[in-house]
Amino acid sequence: MGYVAVKGGTDAIHRAQALVEFYRLKDATAPLDIRQIQSQLRLAVDKVMGEGGLYAPEYAAIAVKQAEGEVFEAAFIMRAFRTTLERRFYSETIDTRDMFVKRKISASFREIPGGQILGPTRDYTQRILDTSKATETTEDVQKFLQAFSASIEEQKLQPVKTFGKVIDLLKAEGLLKKADEQEDRTLMDITREAIKFPAPRSARLQMLARAETGALMALGYSSMRGFGSVHPTVGELRYGSVAVHIKDPAGRVRYAGKIDVTEAEMISSVSVAKKNSIPQYTIGYGLCFGQNDSKAICMGILDSTMRHPDQTLPANDQEFVLYHSEGIESMGFTNHLKLPHYVTFQSGLKNIREAILRNGAREEEQKKKKMSESPVFISNNG
Amino acid sequence: MVENRKFVNKYNFAFIDEATKKEIRRKLLKAIAIPGYQVPYSSPEMPIARGWGTGGLHVTLAIIGPDDVFKIIDQGSDASVNACNLREFVQHMTQVKTTYDTGEATIIQTRHRITEEELKEGQIFVYQVPQPEPLRGVERYENRTRQMHGEADYAKMWVSLYESFVQHGDIMLGAGYPVMVDKRYIMAPSPIPKWDVPNLNQSKALHLFGAGREKRLYAVPPHTIVEPLEFEDVKFHPENFKGIPCYKTGYKKAFLDELYFDDGTQHYVVNDSNFLDKLLEKAAPVQHHNKYLNPSGS
Amino acid sequence: MIRNEDNWLLRVRDLTKIYGEPNENTLALTGPQFNSNQCPETDSIVACAGISFDLFPGEVLGIVGESGSGKSTVVRLLYFDMEKSAGEAMLRPYQDGQVNILDESNQKKRFIRNHLMGMVYQNPRDGLNFRFTSGGNIAEKLIMAGNLHVAQIRSRASRLLEKTEVPVQRMDDRPASFSGGMQQRVQISKAIANNPPLLFLDEVTTGLDVSVQARVLDLIRELQQDLGIAMIVVSHDLSVIRMLTDRTIVMKNGRIVESGLTDQILQDPQHAYSQLLVSSLL
Repeated sequence: MGYVAVKGGTDAIHRAQALVEFYRLKDATAPLDIRQIQSQLRLAVDKVMGEGGLYAPEYAAIAVKQAEGEVFEAAFIMRAFRTTLERRFYSETIDTRDMFVKRKISASFREIPGGQILGPTRDYTQRILDTSKATETTEDVQKFLQAFSASIEEQKLQPVKTFGKVIDLLKAEGLLKKADEQEDRTLMDITREAIKFPAPRSARLQMLARAETGALMALGYSSMRGFGSVHPTVGELRYGSVAVHIKDPAGRVRYAGKIDVTEAEMISSVSVAKKNSIPQYTIGYGLCFGQNDSKAICMGILDSTMRHPDQTLPANDQEFVLYHSEGIESMGFTNHLKLPHYVTFQSGLKNIREAILRNGAREEEQKKKKMSESPVFISNNG
Repeated sequence: MVENRKFVNKYNFAFIDEATKKEIRRKLLKAIAIPGYQVPYSSPEMPIARGWGTGGLHVTLAIIGPDDVFKIIDQGSDASVNACNLREFVQHMTQVKTTYDTGEATIIQTRHRITEEELKEGQIFVYQVPQPEPLRGVERYENRTRQMHGEADYAKMWVSLYESFVQHGDIMLGAGYPVMVDKRYIMAPSPIPKWDVPNLNQSKALHLFGAGREKRLYAVPPHTIVEPLEFEDVKFHPENFKGIPCYKTGYKKAFLDELYFDDGTQHYVVNDSNFLDKLLEKAAPVQHHNKYLNPSGS
Repeated sequence: MIRNEDNWLLRVRDLTKIYGEPNENTLALTGPQFNSNQCPETDSIVACAGISFDLFPGEVLGIVGESGSGKSTVVRLLYFDMEKSAGEAMLRPYQDGQVNILDESNQKKRFIRNHLMGMVYQNPRDGLNFRFTSGGNIAEKLIMAGNLHVAQIRSRASRLLEKTEVPVQRMDDRPASFSGGMQQRVQISKAIANNPPLLFLDEVTTGLDVSVQARVLDLIRELQQDLGIAMIVVSHDLSVIRMLTDRTIVMKNGRIVESGLTDQILQDPQHAYSQLLVSSLL
């Protein structure tokens, strides 16, 4: 059979699309309710919002369903959706001291103002597979919620308040290094402008905020393990909701809604080469959507490493960290290798074939030269 | 749940919002004013993966109008799967007429080939670019390559060509051969084969390059000098097909694809699918002409 | 060589480099009389200060001192490897010596480095690109000066390698496979590739075996006589200075303590430090 012209491209992709949908539905199980995903797969939704760079829990839940649980794909869908939206406002600056705190811990001090609040964390649970989750009923859910409610002692509840920060204590004591005057403090918007290097801190933090969690973990880990120079302490880690305010056209500040964020302030010590200088602390900062301890902590680590002068280490190299932790771009480019490359390959093939011919011709010439110079042998066989 | 009406029912014409389209067009104008210079741009995310043509799409969607006629090819073929996907997307977002006919198109988006058929005045050729930085192979840092372009400090690039020649007897660059534009900037023409590079020089059409993932735009306006990098005594030369004919048409002067049939035999066929169709229909398409194309077909 | 006031090739005035944040007393509180480069008030370091001299065409000037004297700093400033804190340098072949080359734009500095200067570093990794072949390193200089003809480039490169006694058949090998002495000779070929009027040599034989040192020094002397290049030779080793230079500057703690004809300094050193150096010369 001879060569068949590739004319059926459109048909092929339509079939593939239908197959994708078939694989999602072929077991004919009950369609997932978006509210179930939002509520019971809360952390997947948080991660998708964080890497998609768009705070929209319902849309993130739809993306998780549409992508059959593949978080990269879902985050990609969110980013693409974001492009269709018009930018109407920039919010007013949010002060996380005003956070409605759901979780607040510090590894630097045993006691902190307001106390160590563990909040909803799996840190101290045991990761034992719980097969009872397979047979959960709505009755079980109701029973648990009722018992939980009953366990709250109303009279012991304190009024809701906000908490000062651990770093404020350090600042008051003069232990925090003052911001470097040389540092570029331009406020950039990376969704509107391409980043150039060296990048201002606002650009670095924005890129980290929507970077892929796994990539940040790998780089943060490398920094702690000997490929790096920073081994910080958690000054404070918070998870909770913050209010978002915008200014309307008349200049009045309006409440627009609230978002859940995780914030990490990582403390490392730095010595300054100056006369009579004392070592001081610097803060590596991390902030991301939803509840994602790993990401906020690694953001904080990398914020510090990228300000370190030793550029030979990968986690300190801005260009290395920021380009390669961008999940949407790295997924796209690594996967683009699946696209046809036969023309590009043909170009290279020609070069190599010609080089082999040239080499062969050269060897032939050398052989001929050698033979014409060597003495003549008289064989016994005539 | 709040339904985004615009998203669900109707997209903005050409998908991207107007403010962003305006930004892309302004950056394109800057690129045209400085041929070969890479202009950074916002590069918004698209529903197509990075590395799969978002840059080309940005350019097309920013410049396309309802009266345009759109053609898109991948490795020379209109029917290639990724080209089909992108064509559907553009068509769905603009309702413009699409075509396989090179002569009929007003905007042609391409992945890694220039059409064999000559481009005319008024046509716009849009390239999908994976790596816009021609110096990336000799310098890995963006901050230093930017400085090298600014100061026209291209020595490292030239030495790498010298080293390639010394080691292999020829400059071993294949697709994406670097060029000097308007005698000022070294530019990456995207991974087109060497065969196509001479067709950028003094072209009648406008050539626009979009690198979405790396967020850079650049351009070669019509009638610009574009020269492949070569030494005085080690010259650029396109791929040599040694007078092998296309097995379907007997044509000897186009870039050919190498094929292996089921019986293991090797055959060659004209790569540009529309050009091939026209040859088969005896429509006598006019080919790009350049100084490397020998009229006798060898 | 006629030395008159106006015939100078390189004129350096008040060249200064300070690290850190100096105050108004920094210069007054550092130098040979304090035996220190470091300002007691601000901790800033005066690498060199107030350096002034003239260099004439074809002349070989030595700069001698111990480590920390500032001798390498002077040469690195003149070759634009570092930014000055103060001072000026004028080079006759560039704008007739009317312009302070230390204030020129990056592009102009590159032009001066490519066409009018050559530099040989103590460590070959500073002067050679180990990813290129030795021929490629020389080619880089020739290409930067506008030569784009491969056969001519290779012919010039092989002549330069011959001149510096590097086997020509190693032209297409990378420097990593060469001995230290040969790497230095490749560096020298590269530095003189464009026939610059001025060559800097920064501790070029330090770290080489004694016999290898002798060969490299002989080569440098021959080249100098052959090509008539003006040179600035930096060394902590007075015997190198004695062998190569016409005039010498002695530096300590970033300042010039003595300068004059090499022979005179060796026979009759005036400053206490120069006396110390000369007396320890074997």
